[in-house]
Amino acid sequence: MAIDWREHGTLLTLRRHGENAAIVEAFTRDRGRHAGIVRGGTSRRLAPHLQPGAVLDLHWRARLEDHLGSFAVEPLRARAPAVLGDKLALAGLNAVTGLLAFALPEREPHPDLFDRSEALLDSLHESSWAHAYLLWELALLEELGHALDLSVCAVSGMTEGLAYVSPRTGRAVSKIGAGDWSDRLLPLPPCLLGEVPEDTSEILAGLRTTGHFLETQLAHHLGRPLPPARGRYVVALSRA
Amino acid sequence: MSKANADIEALIDLMARLPGLGPRSARRAVLHMIKKRALLMTPLADVLQNVAATARECLTCGNIAGSDTCDICASDKRATGEICVVEDVADLWAMERASVFKGRYHVLGGTLSALDAVGPEDLGIPRLIARVAAENITEVILAVGATVDGQTTAHYISGELEGRCTVTSLAQGVPIGGELDYLDDGTITAALKARKTF
Repeated sequence: MAIDWREHGTLLTLRRHGENAAIVEAFTRDRGRHAGIVRGGTSRRLAPHLQPGAVLDLHWRARLEDHLGSFAVEPLRARAPAVLGDKLALAGLNAVTGLLAFALPEREPHPDLFDRSEALLDSLHESSWAHAYLLWELALLEELGHALDLSVCAVSGMTEGLAYVSPRTGRAVSKIGAGDWSDRLLPLPPCLLGEVPEDTSEILAGLRTTGHFLETQLAHHLGRPLPPARGRYVVALSRA
Repeated sequence: MSKANADIEALIDLMARLPGLGPRSARRAVLHMIKKRALLMTPLADVLQNVAATARECLTCGNIAGSDTCDICASDKRATGEICVVEDVADLWAMERASVFKGRYHVLGGTLSALDAVGPEDLGIPRLIARVAAENITEVILAVGATVDGQTTAHYISGELEGRCTVTSLAQGVPIGGELDYLDDGTITAALKARKTF
């Protein structure tokens, strides 16, 4: 007897498979990152709808649970068309879908991260998006077991004047606690603690810190380099 | 199985690997060629051999040519100061079929990807930038796909060429013969954004 389920999900990646089919990876609330073959996925009828970020109604079927299985897809909502002409928003869409496809384990539900990612992808044109993206990267690290402890200084135990993050432990360090070691520590801009950023340079400083842990913790753990889309978003933001 | 039959089976297997053909249609095609041996099979074999010996990538634009420089790059008439950037040779051939563009091309051979490690060097983007300076190019037309990867590549190239020449892109919208009812939301959105005075 075939196994099947039906759920809404956001398309993360698509790879051609044979002449007309595609292997699609989608992020769903209850089943996490899940792959399946879409027959006719590269056809003229379906291909325009199967762009990263698209919300799909997915009906997955397979003979056995551990088979790749196939998706019957019904496009519900596209996100890409609205951002194709906006360099920064498009780079943001790529960074989010690229990091999710890269980092999430297959078939492991992450409902909180799903809700957060959906909200982020639905607000690509908002002026505060870069800050929301920075906090989303923090949440991604936390969800996957690499949380940063930014609540208290690891040296002095102080909760005030936190200005740095230890690149080794991911714990906050205050200005006083850092002493002569400050040039070896990563920046902890207030926007990383949830405060409204003063300018883009503050967000870029925060991205430098999250990027360090994405690279040294997450990517190192997975044994693969970070997707280039993340770096391209940082470059696009610095030039914006 | 005799040698002749084995050769025919091998031919069918190879033909079945071609795009658009499967084992059944490859079998029909091979049978047809055998029946029209003098008219089809022998000339086809000769041409295949010639193309296999001579076909290569144009060192300048990436088009498929019979020598190191394709006819388009070799022609002085095509030196209009315009370069049309396409993803693939198939796109270049599609543009040429339309016979509208009179300049030269640059074939990327793919697009930047969010996940795959396909970088600007793999797509010959530094070579494109060098061509813009060397060939006195005034306009680069980005004719890449209206997909996330295609437009990411377009934005990247546009950024790299900033201040060097005019960068334009193909319009997006309703295709000739298209009916709105059958169009996807993205195309309608793009068409509405790019509307013009009638």
